[in-house]
Amino acid sequence: MLDFTLPRYRVVRDEDLCIQCGVCERSCSNKVHKVEEDLGKVTAAHKSCVNCQRCVCMCPTGALHIENWPQVGNGSANWNLPALQDIAKQSQTGAVLLASMGNPKPYPIYWDHLLLNASQVTNPSIDPLREPMETRVILGRKPAKLVVNEREQKVITELPPQVKLKTPIMFSAMSFGSISLNAQKSLAMAARELGTCFNTGEGGLHRDLEQYGENAIVQVASGRFGVDPHYLNTAAMIEIKIGQGAKPGIGGHLPGEKINDEVSRTRMIPKGTDAISPAPHHDIYSIEDLRQLIFSLKEATCYTKPVAVKIAAVHNVAAIASGVASAGADVIVVDGFRGGTGAAPTRIRDNVGIPIELALAACDQRLRDESIRSQVSLVAAGSIRHSADVVRAIALGADACYIASSALIAMGCHQCQDCSSGKCNWGLATQDPNLTRRLNPEIAAERVVNMVNAWTHEIKEMMGGMGVNSVDSLRGNRLMLRGVGLTEKELEILGVKYAGE
Amino acid sequence: MKRIYAIEKWCIDCKRCEVACKAFHSKSKDPVRAYKYEDNVPQPRIHVEGDLDLSVAINCRHCEKPLCVEGCISGALKKDPETGMVYCDQNLCVGCRTCVSMCPFGAVQVVEVNGITKAYKCDLCSDGTGEPGCPSCVAACPNGALVYVESEEGF
Repeated sequence: MLDFTLPRYRVVRDEDLCIQCGVCERSCSNKVHKVEEDLGKVTAAHKSCVNCQRCVCMCPTGALHIENWPQVGNGSANWNLPALQDIAKQSQTGAVLLASMGNPKPYPIYWDHLLLNASQVTNPSIDPLREPMETRVILGRKPAKLVVNEREQKVITELPPQVKLKTPIMFSAMSFGSISLNAQKSLAMAARELGTCFNTGEGGLHRDLEQYGENAIVQVASGRFGVDPHYLNTAAMIEIKIGQGAKPGIGGHLPGEKINDEVSRTRMIPKGTDAISPAPHHDIYSIEDLRQLIFSLKEATCYTKPVAVKIAAVHNVAAIASGVASAGADVIVVDGFRGGTGAAPTRIRDNVGIPIELALAACDQRLRDESIRSQVSLVAAGSIRHSADVVRAIALGADACYIASSALIAMGCHQCQDCSSGKCNWGLATQDPNLTRRLNPEIAAERVVNMVNAWTHEIKEMMGGMGVNSVDSLRGNRLMLRGVGLTEKELEILGVKYAGE
Repeated sequence: MKRIYAIEKWCIDCKRCEVACKAFHSKSKDPVRAYKYEDNVPQPRIHVEGDLDLSVAINCRHCEKPLCVEGCISGALKKDPETGMVYCDQNLCVGCRTCVSMCPFGAVQVVEVNGITKAYKCDLCSDGTGEPGCPSCVAACPNGALVYVESEEGF
């Protein structure tokens, strides 16, 4: 069959700078570059290029850059080139289109329509370099009333299980299997250094990472991979994954080729078998069923760990969050539709779910209206790109944020969206030992720590400007936000005034 | 003394160290000029052995009792008594290859450049003197597979 698909990218090599050292050839798992010694030059197989930019970063002389393939479409805004290419691909393979990472479509990004406040004249701003600024957050159920023995300086109220974080930023779920052990280890090391948590995802906790248990959130998903009492009790918190922002309503499928010895042992499944996470949990068909699982997990851990429930942001998210809170969850994670994934059907990734900003605001408002907000913590996930997004999320009502794409980008990810191929040149989304070796956890953890420290500094600066000295004072403080370029309805859902009001 | 150690676990066979070494030991210290335009083709003093499955960078260990120095017939190879660095005085080298056969690590190369055969070995990015600099291979390694650390081995 004649191949109708076009290359997506063009590798451009500056011949004046290329020294034919072959670093690009040895760096590319897609075998794009080839040093042709007889021709005295390096050639490129453009069609295999996924634009991961490993070669661009590795080239010692900066001779490389990647361009879009120059083929033009017919000018139609409707039948544009990507639409034609998708059909070309499917007419050849007959298969569901697979994609990775977050929704790339140009839906509105509400973060960019929310502006932050700063103090002027009537209330003082705070200089975080001179005055204390509190970024610590505590996740979990808060007691209705706190009784303190002031004479002995002791809290008398028995506190429910909670998790303390030094910064309102955690690393969201990425399983061992979908990412490499080195990548997960980097996050674990970074989480320990930063005093926050990483999330094991649904792939179990590798025995090498058990030492990071105090900073681990272990996930119980529909596949129940790697779940046993030891797994649950090692962690700081347990998270039941109901849905994922990138692919609400569907499960996961890790192909057998990626189930090597280590993945197999960690997931507790036979080597080489497909790891299939069903779309629903087969024992959860109602809020009451969810309650049973939450309390089974609490029972299994003697009520010492908070239990989180992660849901994707979908149409009735506020009502669902309310139900989850009443089911006994201590933390609710809402994952927006721009959240990433190792693999999802393209049509689902690009078309299902709602933006995290609206979902978060709706959930926070609903929980407050029902006076159950203090019973649960709210964690926002799904494409938090920088510290200002974190500040906005907290002002919209989040207790903390989950980041994953940002953490991957800190480690080297260039968002080429080719995770599902298993050929990640950065050693992140792959199990190939020759590729995973490229990610030295010492270096990757340092990069992640640097990024989160920088964000935390920026959060302090922004809070200081607002005259707020703790994350707790910013939480749900929507008066610190003003909308621009939003409709009445959008402002109403966000609970935010328009700029100038 | 501080020595360069190669950690095979993290070596990814990219050979950026070789490029950096060659560039540093060129006249211009620029990789493009070093590779393309310099007549006196500079030689890398570090070599990555192996393939994508298993590789490691080989360079001089600056031994406590260097066999290359012991074997050198012309007195070109010396160990600096102050810094401990083993270096080659190219003016004295006659290209006899005794050092190559003496070195247990394969860290010395004798190469013919423009008709002149000389020994080339790691000089810790000094100017050819006995004073170590900041090794360019270590700086170029993207994965921490080369480290420049104070070693417990003898001086």
